[in-house]
Amino acid sequence: MNDQTVVKTGMILALIAAICTTLVAGTFQVTKHRIAANEKALLEQSLQPALAGLFYDSGISESRLVLKAPHELPGNDAAIIYRVFGEGKPVAALFAVTARDGFSGPIRILLGVDSSGVVTGVRILKHRETPGLGDKIESARSDWVFQFDGHAIGNPVVTGWAINDDGGEFDQLTGASVTSRAVINAIRDTLLYFETNRDEIFALSGTGEDE
Amino acid sequence: MTSGGLIERMQTGLWAENPGLVQLLGLCPLLAVTTTFVNGFGLGIATLLVLTCSNALVSATRRWIRQEIRIPIYVLIIASLVTCIELIFKAWFPTLDRSLGIFIPLIVTNCAIVARAEVFASRNPIGASIADGIGMGAGFAMLLMTIGAFRELVGQASIFSRLDMLTGGEPFAGFSFADSGFLLAILPPGAFFSLALAVALKNHIDHKRRISRNAGMPRRLRRAR
Repeated sequence: MNDQTVVKTGMILALIAAICTTLVAGTFQVTKHRIAANEKALLEQSLQPALAGLFYDSGISESRLVLKAPHELPGNDAAIIYRVFGEGKPVAALFAVTARDGFSGPIRILLGVDSSGVVTGVRILKHRETPGLGDKIESARSDWVFQFDGHAIGNPVVTGWAINDDGGEFDQLTGASVTSRAVINAIRDTLLYFETNRDEIFALSGTGEDE
Repeated sequence: MTSGGLIERMQTGLWAENPGLVQLLGLCPLLAVTTTFVNGFGLGIATLLVLTCSNALVSATRRWIRQEIRIPIYVLIIASLVTCIELIFKAWFPTLDRSLGIFIPLIVTNCAIVARAEVFASRNPIGASIADGIGMGAGFAMLLMTIGAFRELVGQASIFSRLDMLTGGEPFAGFSFADSGFLLAILPPGAFFSLALAVALKNHIDHKRRISRNAGMPRRLRRAR
């Protein structure tokens, strides 16, 4: 083909590319606010179980604090803390931490602690434990994770935060004591961390932009 | 094309040249997402929309599309449309979008769409191309829904679970018939078995039809065929 047709063909391609780009840009403009609102709602919704219906009036996603490893919380990946306030006072803190010593890989845990250090809820965010045994840590498969609600360091005492087999106060899952131990240890360490760092956690200003 | 011709075009896509059952195109999403009726419905509708719009756009621009650059132009048009559909799903059906995951953007690679652009839309007027897109898209969507419903029924012994992903509102567990189903149907091999059953069923129906049509003819004509 000669030079003229090459130019003409290029022009057609450019024109259609421009039309398509306009189409996508327009759709993006129309949908972007809704998409952002959806993502925020999803995050808040996924954190609800760990809040146990506590009253709060602060935006949870804005209060995110990302601690990069190494930190004193369980796990060697980033730990996330969401601070929850009601009428300006601290209500609870939600921790997303990782128990490294699961039976088959790390277990990501969401733990809610109210301002006095009492557990408001525990949920498993991600795991690869054995189906039928270790996967009973999921709240959908058994009520094992609910046994921690209402407990704190001191109730039972630190040494009581272990499975029955190890002389502790909590039930283990049959056939999955390694999994149970990993989850309990991570909860205990997070509670201890919260106890020593409570005031700083709520005082720090951070929006999690550093993730 | 007359309106009768348009309807005939749509019927071709729905049955005689169904992209999934006859042309066996777009099998990757077909096999992967059809674990429930709602998933099949969601991806089916998304594919139908993309296919109809891409057929319309390709047909509208067919005068200017030169032979040498037709493939890049199809890719541009289809990719833009899929991106738009993905954004719309994210904005209005966020849970469905998460459930379908990567398969919404992957509609780009559904060869049924490029095949319709190349075979039909680039050679026919807009009206016929839109009819073709609707017919082929609906044919594909019907197959996704049928296989999704079948696998859900057999595998989970329930139907319409998570219908709330389309309508909004509280999570809906679906109508359950038993505690557990035949798990194989949900697993990847179940997808192949279900598709094979669907193709076999279609061939069986076509075969039956042909026999009954032949039986209705006078003997002399039948021999002539």
